[in-house]
Amino acid sequence: MELFQRTATELQKMLACSQVTSEQIVQAFINRIEAEDSQMRAYLTITAKEALGAAQASDLRRKQGQPLSKWDGVPIAVKDNMSTKNVRTTCGSKMLEEYIPPYDATVIGRIKNAGMPILGKTNMDEFAMGSSTENSAFAKTHNPVNLQKVPGGSSGGSAAAVAGFEAPWSLGSDTGGSIRQPASFCGVVGLKPTYGLVSRYGLVAYASSLDQIGPIGHRVQDVAALLQLIAGHDYKDSTSVTVSVPDYQASLVADVSGLRIGIAKEFFSEGLNNQVKSAVMRAVQNLSQAGAEVVDVSLPLTDYAIETYYLIATAEASANLARYDGVRYGLRVAGDDSVAMFKHTRAEGFGTEVKRRIMLGTYALSAGYYDAYYKKAQQVRTLIRREFEQAFTQVDVIITPTTPTTAFGFGEKKDPLEMYLSDIYTVTPNLAGVPGLSMPCGVDSNNLPIGVQMIATHFSEPVLLRTAFALEQIQRKGEFNE
Amino acid sequence: MSEYEVVIGLEIHAELLTKSKIFCGCTTEFGGEPNSHCCPICLGLPGALPVLNEKAVEYAIKAGLALNCQIPGYSKFDRKNYFYPDLPKAYQISQFDLPVCVQGRVDYELEEMQQSTGITRVHMEEEAGKSVHSGDNILGSDFSLMDYNRTGIPLIEIVTEPDLRSAAEAKAFLEQLKSILQYIKVSDCKMEEGSLRCDANVSLRLKGTKEFGTKVEIKNLNSFRAVERVLEYEIRRQRQVYEQGGSIVQETRTWDDSRMITVSMRSKEESHDYRYFPEPDLVPLEIDLNWVRSLKEGLPELPLAKKHRLMEQYDLSSMDADQLTTDQEMASYFERTVASYTNGKVVSNWLTGDFSRLLNTSGLEISKVKVTPQQLAELLRLIDEGIISGKQGKDVLTEMFCSGTAPEQIIKDKGFEQISDSKALEQISADIIAANPQIVQRYQDGEDRLLGFFVGQVMKETKGKANPGLVNALLREKLKATDS
Amino acid sequence: MINKNEVKRVANLARLRLSEEETTQYQQDLNQILQAADKLKLVDTEGIEPTAHAIPLRNVLRLDMTSESLGIDQVLKNGPEITKGYFRVPRIMEE
Repeated sequence: MELFQRTATELQKMLACSQVTSEQIVQAFINRIEAEDSQMRAYLTITAKEALGAAQASDLRRKQGQPLSKWDGVPIAVKDNMSTKNVRTTCGSKMLEEYIPPYDATVIGRIKNAGMPILGKTNMDEFAMGSSTENSAFAKTHNPVNLQKVPGGSSGGSAAAVAGFEAPWSLGSDTGGSIRQPASFCGVVGLKPTYGLVSRYGLVAYASSLDQIGPIGHRVQDVAALLQLIAGHDYKDSTSVTVSVPDYQASLVADVSGLRIGIAKEFFSEGLNNQVKSAVMRAVQNLSQAGAEVVDVSLPLTDYAIETYYLIATAEASANLARYDGVRYGLRVAGDDSVAMFKHTRAEGFGTEVKRRIMLGTYALSAGYYDAYYKKAQQVRTLIRREFEQAFTQVDVIITPTTPTTAFGFGEKKDPLEMYLSDIYTVTPNLAGVPGLSMPCGVDSNNLPIGVQMIATHFSEPVLLRTAFALEQIQRKGEFNE
Repeated sequence: MSEYEVVIGLEIHAELLTKSKIFCGCTTEFGGEPNSHCCPICLGLPGALPVLNEKAVEYAIKAGLALNCQIPGYSKFDRKNYFYPDLPKAYQISQFDLPVCVQGRVDYELEEMQQSTGITRVHMEEEAGKSVHSGDNILGSDFSLMDYNRTGIPLIEIVTEPDLRSAAEAKAFLEQLKSILQYIKVSDCKMEEGSLRCDANVSLRLKGTKEFGTKVEIKNLNSFRAVERVLEYEIRRQRQVYEQGGSIVQETRTWDDSRMITVSMRSKEESHDYRYFPEPDLVPLEIDLNWVRSLKEGLPELPLAKKHRLMEQYDLSSMDADQLTTDQEMASYFERTVASYTNGKVVSNWLTGDFSRLLNTSGLEISKVKVTPQQLAELLRLIDEGIISGKQGKDVLTEMFCSGTAPEQIIKDKGFEQISDSKALEQISADIIAANPQIVQRYQDGEDRLLGFFVGQVMKETKGKANPGLVNALLREKLKATDS
Repeated sequence: MINKNEVKRVANLARLRLSEEETTQYQQDLNQILQAADKLKLVDTEGIEPTAHAIPLRNVLRLDMTSESLGIDQVLKNGPEITKGYFRVPRIMEE
């Protein structure tokens, strides 16, 4: 087995047993990236030199017996919307093509402090707006499972990098499904944590009240470990919670006896591909056979989630993206006066989808429409949150498909609404602020991965991880039996 | 001709005296190299997030309490969206529907009359940056240069009810407001440095009507003089428009200093649509009412109350008490002086007179003055004891102001000490009387004014050091004595 | 239905220069999306508090202490046009 095919957990063990050096690992991934990425385009910026430097420093620490973090020397890829000091951070936008941040995002600081080399910055839909990574201003990322298909989005690069073995694990961000949907399309595990569990400081904002950074990995234990590393209070983010972070490794117990799993018919309605549906139901069945109790729950407001999401997300985005005005950083396109300069800069710097969402969000907030659109959506959000709270008095985990279909082809979704609907099952956890995880649960007739989504209540990542771990164990046993 | 009633409401912005900015740790110090007080947060770099400065909240609430406001238990922040080169995020974090303070009142006096103006609200927000224009003014410039040092300094915006009825009232209100904010030490209120700024809404209506006329917003009334002058101009302008049968357009106007008129900036149609919505990056405030109570208890005596107390306690005139209490530093100087010299009226005369004159000519703030209140008290005592004359006292005070030397020392160094030794003066007086028999005769024949001649001679002999009161008394006595 | 002038008004608010083609396109898109959003009218939200935050935190405050600023070089290094330590912008028309 090649080094780059190893999971992060495996690499960590090999490092701990001195079977390999961090430099060897990083070099293996850089070679892999050099060989594959011209086709796959998972990365926007490859930081080979910095990664090798960090690897050598880690190896030296290990050699000299200096204090090491558990993950010291294990490399990682990060989405290009996390601020990295002295490494350009483009958000997949022409607007920030040459922007070099003078500071590190809190999660980047944590990764660096843990001694983890950063392989590069991964491709994404511009400003995280999209579900296919086709909206990147720089490149289309191809799904490593089938290069004719999109990897999903907006964290398409981060999911593809892991699935295509160009990084052992990665960080993505999720506003309405941007970690879970690409994880599902690429056949890897992705987790959107509870809102407030991971600091957003340095995450370039799309929709501030919905954005969360989360881990993507090959295996559930990788995701648990990476979450452990990034979770926890940060005084620089006012929405960061002060709860104590549990030991997520401890929740990796393949035992679901007594676990109550909720199934809501609203997540299995029209538009859901039959193969996806049966794969998800099979996963539910597997868990049920392992001792979990399956309970029907009702979440009727799910039908309104996507509209609610689009009004809130675009309204917040219209303000968050207003700062790109050509004055202090980023693209500037000349104009006779400041207003003209703003308009020219923003017209050229932003792509079609970003402008569409800015227009929608601006409209939803503008005088005379605020109550009918923005405020209404926020009120429905309250009801959606309550509905989830109610459901979680009856069940521990709600299981749904991650996406209505498997990965689609490039240019296949031309209509914006149609594209928006690929997030139909993933937006509700963001609206409610609860955690959601997607993991593979089979493939369709074209061998494309199918994802199952697990949702739990606020700060119940341990329950999610336990359920996912149990399902993963059952799946692996099945594989061996076949 | 119809009688019009003036209706004015003010919006005042005051920078708060915190050490660090409202949402980041950058210093709030005035000046500095351009763009040297900036960080990812106040520059609005992608990904940076705000965290609210606790002191800014405390100061805003203190201001609200001093303005007799209610402090609601719940308050939140909102984004106010507009593009401008000095606004890095293209939204200002402000407060829209739930400000920290509501429904207050400021009492003040105008020409001895009690006045009261309602405060609608006090809310917190962040300051914008500063632009330097290439030409004389913004409109004549080909380009502007942006400095973001000021960006993110905490501000409170104070909005009054439309209670003000004249430009003079507006000015008096504003002076009282400034005084209050300085007393409670939440803002230095320096209009010339821009830490206190004022906009006004002005309208006229026929006397006796209830409905408001169309209002015009006047921007940038940035000195007390401007407040009065610009408002008077605008009132006159509106009255003329009405008297000529015209109507007022709802618009925003600004003062053109070169032409001494207000000019239109934008009409209502062009007015901003700020698209306020709750700031998702900041969480709401739940204000602890016990904390509010302790802040209220900690407020100092405010200017109007102090004025009335000083008038009562020291028998001061309203004008003098005003002069002493407008500036908290002056009031405190007065009170520290009377602690060592009990005649408040004398202290008041010196402080509002020579002391204030010296302050004005030197341009010093009281806190920078070298004369301590104890030294001033000592000076007044020396005058009372006749060691020096009142006139000499003025010279000594000037010297004290320049050097900070104690009054006794100056008197010694300059030889200002009066001769109050009556034995010595008696000898000198006797000699002079003996040397001028004809004049003595004339004085004794009824030319009273000749007393001045003798006094002058004594003064000449003593190089002006003789205690004039004592000399007068002595000479009268002696000249009478010769008569008998 | 949103008309073209409204699309232009919104584009101006958002400081986006749109071509005629884009204006038509966004008019169509916005109408389609907003029509879908009209579905929300079916939900009874009478008296329901709007949710602005996913997690109900309160009173997150920092102490009034200064910290290092970035330093002028770091502040200016991404600026598209710098003059004498300032960010330069074309003429500002009073808005």
